[in-house]
Formats: sequence, C-alpha cells, structure tokens
Amino acid sequence: MGALSVQQVTKRYGANHILKSVDLEITEGEFVILVGPSGCGKSTLLSMIAGLDSPTSGRILLGGRDITQVAPKDRDIAMVFQSYALYPNMTVAQNISFALEMRKVPRAERQRLIDKVSKMLQLDHLLDRKPGQLSGGQRQRVAMGRALARQPSLFLFDEPLSNLDAKLRVEMRAEIKLLHRRTRITTVYVTHDQVEAMTLGDRIAVMRDGAIQQFGTPDEIYSRPATRFVAEFIGSPAMNLISARREGSALRAGGTDLPLSRQASALVQSHPNAEVFYGLRPECIRFVPAGTGISGELTMTEPTGPETHAFVDTAVGPFVVRVPGRVTARVGEPVNLAWEPGDVHLFDAATEVRMSGASLHCAVV
Amino acid sequence: MSRAMPLRNAHTAPAAVQGRSLAWQRGLLWAVLIGFAAFFLAPLYVMVVTSLKSMDEIRGGTLLALPGTLDTSSWGKAWSTACTGTDCQGLRPFFWNSVMIVVPAVLVSTALGGINGYVLSKWKFRGSETLFAMLLFGVFMPLQVVLLPMSQVLGWLGIASSVWGLILVHLLCGLPGTTLFFRNYYAALPDELIKAAMLDGAGFWRIFTRIVLPLSTPIIVVCLIWQFTQIWNDFLFGVVFSGTASKPVTVALNNLANTTSTVKEYNVDMAAALIAGLPTLFVYIVAGRYFVRGLTAGAVKG
Repeated sequence: MGALSVQQVTKRYGANHILKSVDLEITEGEFVILVGPSGCGKSTLLSMIAGLDSPTSGRILLGGRDITQVAPKDRDIAMVFQSYALYPNMTVAQNISFALEMRKVPRAERQRLIDKVSKMLQLDHLLDRKPGQLSGGQRQRVAMGRALARQPSLFLFDEPLSNLDAKLRVEMRAEIKLLHRRTRITTVYVTHDQVEAMTLGDRIAVMRDGAIQQFGTPDEIYSRPATRFVAEFIGSPAMNLISARREGSALRAGGTDLPLSRQASALVQSHPNAEVFYGLRPECIRFVPAGTGISGELTMTEPTGPETHAFVDTAVGPFVVRVPGRVTARVGEPVNLAWEPGDVHLFDAATEVRMSGASLHCAVV
Repeated sequence: MSRAMPLRNAHTAPAAVQGRSLAWQRGLLWAVLIGFAAFFLAPLYVMVVTSLKSMDEIRGGTLLALPGTLDTSSWGKAWSTACTGTDCQGLRPFFWNSVMIVVPAVLVSTALGGINGYVLSKWKFRGSETLFAMLLFGVFMPLQVVLLPMSQVLGWLGIASSVWGLILVHLLCGLPGTTLFFRNYYAALPDELIKAAMLDGAGFWRIFTRIVLPLSTPIIVVCLIWQFTQIWNDFLFGVVFSGTASKPVTVALNNLANTTSTVKEYNVDMAAALIAGLPTLFVYIVAGRYFVRGLTAGAVKG
C-alpha cells in the first residue's frame, strides 16, 4: 500500500534547476529522512510528493499507483507542517475530524478515531480548545493527531520540530519515533538537523543542490559517506578533511607522510588523480605521548560534559579531536595525535567522491 | 547618608516637574480635542435644532439657540409631502430606492470581492498578478471617465434609468475596492493553512467556506461599511443614470432643497438632509468598532 517511488523527478523554475532527476525508492513502513542544507530541494521534493507542487518531469508512484497528476486531496497523504497549520477557527477535535469529514467518514467512526488519536497523543483534555490557546508542543501534537486520524498511506513531515525549544524538540523526537513504531505508516521526514536525521530515520537521503548525494541507513551514511559533502554534513563536530597529495608511494600534506592502510595505499597509487581529501572522524583520533604520532599545538577546548572537543593545529592541518571526559593538556601546549590507518576516509579532490576506507567505524575510545 | 540625600532629590525633583508639565500638556490636549469636536459637530447641531423649529422661530435669526417649542412637523413633511421638483411625495419613495440599490449592490460586491481576493491571494494562476494590477487601476480611476461608456452599456442591456442599472454600476465600481480589501487581508493568512486543507481533502469552495470565511469577519465588516457609505452617499451616478422613478435619496434631497415655492423652508431641508444621512450614521455607530478593528487586523498576528 504505502511504498513510495520517486522516478527521475526534475523541477525547474525558469533557469533555476531545483531538482535534478531525483530517484528514491521507499519501501512500505519505512521512515525516510530527507536532509540537507537550506535550498537543497528537500522541501520542494516533499511538496511534490504531497501534490502541492508539480514536477517539470518524472513520475511519483504511491503503492504502485502513478499519482504525479493526482490532486493532493485524492492522494491519501497526510502532512505535518512546520507552522502546524492548524485551523484557528476550529477546536482541536474539529481540527482532527475535518479531514475525516471531508472523506465522508460517518459521525460515530469519526468520534472513535478522535478518541483513539487523542488518547495516543494525550490530547483528551484539550479537545475543546482552539489552537490559539495551546502551547507549541501541544499544537505540534494536534498537528500530528490530525494527520494520524486519517490513517493515510503516507505521512509527510516538513521540519516539524524546528519551531520548538531544545528540550521539547528532544521529547517530540522520541514521540514521533515511538508513534512510527506503533503505526508503521510509511513516512518521509524533511529536516536540516542531522541529529534528527540520525536518530529518527530507517534510511537517510542526504541532498545537495537538487540531487541526492547518498541514500542509506544512518550507519552507512556515517561510516561510509559517499561524498565529501555527506562526510562533512553528517557528524558533529564535522569530519576532519585534509587536502593531501600523492608523492611517490606516500600521501603527503604539509610535508608530512600521512598514515595509510595497505589497501588504501594501493588505491591511492592506482587512482588517476593525485589530489585527494584525507578524512578522519574526530572520535577516531587519540592523544599519544610526545615523540610519537603527529605533533601539534592545542589551540582551544570545548568541554561538553561527557566529552571534550579539542582543537589542534598541526603541520598537516587543523584537527578537531573528540575525547571522552576532559583534556589534561592546557591550551598552547604541544600535543601529539595518532589514529588507525583503517579509520581513514579518502575522497577524490576533484569529484569529491569516496575512494575507499573505514568500512568499519572506529570504536569510540 | 550624605551621599544618598542628593541622589534622592535628584530623582524626586524632576518627577514633580514632569508631573506638572504632564498635567498641563494633558489639559491642552483636551482643549484642542474639544475645540475640534465642537467645530465639526456645530453644523450637525444647527441642522438638528433647525429641523425642530417652526419657520417663525427660524426667521427670528437665532441660529444657535435651542428650539422654543419642539416642532416635529418638518420631519413628517420632508418624509412624505415635500416637493422634489413637480413630484410632492417627500423623500420616502427615493429613500426606498436607495435601500433597494444599496442592499444588493453592497452584498454582491462584498461577496464577489471576497471570492476575488481569495483567488488572487491563494489560487494564483498565470497572469493573476497582472489581473490584480488592472483591478487596482480600477480603484484609482476617476469615475467621471466611465459615465458615457457606462450609460451606453446600460442602454444596450436595457436597464438604463432603472434601479437595476444603478445596482449594476455600483456593483462594478465597488468591486476593485472590495477585491483589494480581501486580497490584502487574505495575503496575511498563511498558505500552509490552505495546503493543509487541500491535503485534508477539501476543494476550492470547501476551503473558502470552512476555513477562510470564518476567519474573515473583520474584513467583511470593513467592506460592508465601506460599500454602504460609498453607495448610499453617491450623487454622481444617481443623478446621471437614474430615471424619474428610480432616483436615489441623495438626488431627491438635492431636488427637494432646490424646489422653491414661495418661501425657503429651512426646517424641512434640514430634516430631509438628516433623513438622508441617518442610515450611514447608524451603520457607523453599530459597526464602527469592527471597522477600526478590521482595518488594523493582520497587523498583529492572531
């Protein structure tokens, strides 16, 4: 019923190429995240799936049915908007039942669904209130209830948590995940927040400039980013990327040989382009005693509580290092860094496409 | 202590000065406001008292004095027996003409303006902005320009010199204004509201009647008042497009005041003018607070 297939969808506004032949296959019951910086086309893609915007070319299929030309009201899709878009003139109960009424659901059945949904989302005591009398979190829940009551074959979320404060955002994130686990309705969720993407999604589509850079599970995206952009966009602090060059049999940056696994070394040798990006997750780097590893200077620390982000300048380039607990060295002191050659990600400097490396992500030390 | 003392003085002394100057300013403000109110209300006062005086008393020349004895007969005469030209039935038939013109013209132009505004703000199509620009032009076009072509059109339609003709003219001339009002009001409604309703399964009309209209009360009131005043007070179209039997009250009032037999009956003229003006006054008093609220609505997110 709820499998979604986006096939070669393109969108142009005049000379602007918003979407460049996007393909996306989402299986029934899956929770898929569209993530990317603003202007990457993720919201446009969502609008097209909803039918609020039409593609310049390409097809969209829902449950095997071509819905590209179908009006939004006949698509059996429910959507939660960033602004919630609750009807201000209606009570919570009326907001939830509006879509049911439009679909000519009998009164008794409507009541049953309102009861069920309001219990699930703890809205029972708010049913007679108008949206203006609700808090942000309550409005968010009503918006979800309204979408849920219809039992649609596809659920769309457009940055639903970005208007909430940090604490509420974490709560609602958990609630959305739980809700999906219970209902198993196919979901497409747009966000620019990588934490939401990593925590909520069964699979994540990372978008940039109207194209999908990578579509995979959170683990795949994190441990085998397909492009330099994905590597930098997912993960906080972002992956360290060093511009390096093949010289003889070594890969060098800032006059220093960079450690490479045998496998990676062979890859670099056979690669047509001598310029590569050498990537390392901050948690894969560790401090080592003086005289070993690569030496540098500690320039800043950011303690977050359970871990500290240490910023180190080396001859190779600046590094961010994620250390559990605290850093004992003081700012301005010399430190030495080391990492396993197997944790290195390599990207072609010109195409920015992944070459190899780190299929198994480093165990956090 | 020695340090605190001057500090306290420094605070209290200017406060007292400030209080005194505030009272003075407030007094001036009141005086100016009362002065202006008196200035603008004086003609109305003269009209009311004159309409309640007998001709003998008026000839006495005490324009501002209250009537010695209340004489309401001029109101009756203005309403039902005063002569407007050769016809001596008072303002009554023309008053009803005005009602018959105003009610449909106001209702239809407001309703159509609402639908136009809804389409031009929420269902934009290719060329809708150009269409809106042309409608805007209609708001600012001097009405004298349309007099001749309009009378030609009314002739073709066979409704010249009739109440129907006047209804059509007022409806058409009011439409750009009402469209502008509604379009700007609806522009402030979030588009996501419409999108949500579309996904919920509502179509063009359902969204309008169930979501948009219930949120439109302030702007509807604004349009009703605006259109009512415009059309009721219209003289130009009334005098140009009406026939003998379809004159609106404003034209009849002019005729009444200009029809002189032997003496000029100021009390009847005043009563007639008040009768012609009462409906708009009434509408402002009843719905005026909605008017102000509606004009400022949308400025504050609600």
